Amino acid sequence: MPRRTAARMGDSSLITFCRMPTVLTAADVERIAALAHLDLSDAEVRIFTTQLAQILEYAERLKEVDTSAVPATWRPGAAAPGLRPDDVRPSLPLEDALAGAPERGPRGLFRVPKVID
Amino acid sequence: MAPGAWTVTGIRAAVAAGDLSARDVCARCLDRIAAVDGRLHAFTAVLEDAALARAEEVDAHRGAWRDRPLLGVPVAVKDIICTRNAPTTAGSRILADYRPPYDATVVTRLLDAGAVIVGKTNCDEFAMGSSTEHSAYGPTRNPWSTDRIPGGSSGGAAAAVAAGLTPASIATDTGGSIRQPAAFCGAVGLKPTYGRVSRYGLLAFASSLDQIGPLTRTVEDAAAVLQVLAGPDPRDATTAAEPAPDMAGVFPGSASGARIGVPRAALASGVDAEVLEAFNAALALLAERGAEVCDVDLPHMQYAVPVYYLVAPAEASSNLARYDGVRYGRRAALQDAAAGVPEMYARTRSEGFGAEVKRRIMLGTYALSAGYYDAYYVHAQRVRSLIRRDYDDAFASVDAIAMPTTPTPAFPIGERIDDPLAMYLGDVFTVSANLTGLPAISLPAGLTRARLPIGFQLMGRPFDEATLLRIGDVLERDAPWAEERPPVSA
Repeated sequence: MPRRTAARMGDSSLITFCRMPTVLTAADVERIAALAHLDLSDAEVRIFTTQLAQILEYAERLKEVDTSAVPATWRPGAAAPGLRPDDVRPSLPLEDALAGAPERGPRGLFRVPKVID
Repeated sequence: MAPGAWTVTGIRAAVAAGDLSARDVCARCLDRIAAVDGRLHAFTAVLEDAALARAEEVDAHRGAWRDRPLLGVPVAVKDIICTRNAPTTAGSRILADYRPPYDATVVTRLLDAGAVIVGKTNCDEFAMGSSTEHSAYGPTRNPWSTDRIPGGSSGGAAAAVAAGLTPASIATDTGGSIRQPAAFCGAVGLKPTYGRVSRYGLLAFASSLDQIGPLTRTVEDAAAVLQVLAGPDPRDATTAAEPAPDMAGVFPGSASGARIGVPRAALASGVDAEVLEAFNAALALLAERGAEVCDVDLPHMQYAVPVYYLVAPAEASSNLARYDGVRYGRRAALQDAAAGVPEMYARTRSEGFGAEVKRRIMLGTYALSAGYYDAYYVHAQRVRSLIRRDYDDAFASVDAIAMPTTPTPAFPIGERIDDPLAMYLGDVFTVSANLTGLPAISLPAGLTRARLPIGFQLMGRPFDEATLLRIGDVLERDAPWAEERPPVSA
């Protein structure tokens, strides 16, 4: 894709980036954007490629920590939350739940563009 | 009592005694917002009619509600916390016209306590930022120097309290978003222990880090608001069983016999000279009042920022997946009639989110993606355990750990906006409390020679906010800077 070539040649900060241990390319950025349902402009792809590489390079220092015998902390604090009886309780009325819908369908449904052809 | 000097406890007492009506308090508060907020932009919405109606309701029930702990007290709510049928934008275009169909638990508790909600305060988009410059509705300005940022992400909440627009704000702290703006604006900011306060109705940013807490003028006010907010909530399974903290015997505060640890090695470089000077002066004052100050070692603290900037974006990328244009919020108009749901998602999110939110979603998606999950996300969560272990070891011999809230005072608007890493590095002293879940408070600790506020931070053991408040009250009562007020209040 020609625009990528232009981005690499035109952005001097990418020269620094090429020496970094974390190799992040514009193609990586576009792949991640697709996973995250984001349409990025060419300018956004260019700037995020540089900035994300800088941030990931900074995070490289975590590699010096040996965590082979350390459990992960998924959330701070004590044990998992307790269980409660599965009783039926009042919930948000349907009309309230639909009140903010960008587009409403019939019978209490949200309307969206077509999902499959 | 001038509005700028109003406190939570003072207003409550005056309204309960019948010396002031809640309506009068509310009207004067709204007048002050109208007079001052054009210069600050602390508020994204002022709920004038609803607040006055609510204040009249409080007055009508004054007899029966006499014992309510926030009777007639005006409170501002960060615009990332749901208020029923009132704007809740999270500082984002994607929620520009959103009106939540329910109140957050903290809002319900404020109302049950007799408070009057006066408005919603500006913040970085979805609380992602340290300057409030990432709000889609424009930056908030620091009341001490309006060409500087107020901090973030709860910049509006802090500026509103510091400028005397409201005696209390409710805000959120995911990596310092209550404490850092409190430091930059000269307010008291408390991040309670993870699990202390319900997050039901908070628009989630990073679920293992987010916590709701108060910003106030005084330490005693922070305690009063915390007691209203705290306690288990069946609607938030991450709330702890601990009841609201017992504040009996906390005020007047005392530092006598308190063991305060200082991570000196972490302060050796990168801290502004005036910030360090003020920090040492506050420590000296506490030592004079009977505290024992000693060094503590937190060897993994140097990894807190990189851990935070992998974990928080990872959680954010997951939480923000819900903004898809289907059920509420903005939906992009599609030009192509043949476009389907995937195009609608991508257009909606690309138009609705600002640069910092996109950057963090990208970073988080990368850290969670196949091939990188173990190397980035899981590894960061393991280093997180080591950070917590350092604190647990330190708290075996001290009651609180002190450090500056921020390495510098408030910086000029625009200075770091194009350099995300520089912005992130300013969070070096605040992110550990979120990674570990520990409670932390930022207290005013004087001014620089250019008259910019400096914050003094205390971290405590889990669920021991009382110790932080007890020590903090000493700084507030005995410090020479306690009566300083920003020029915008004059």
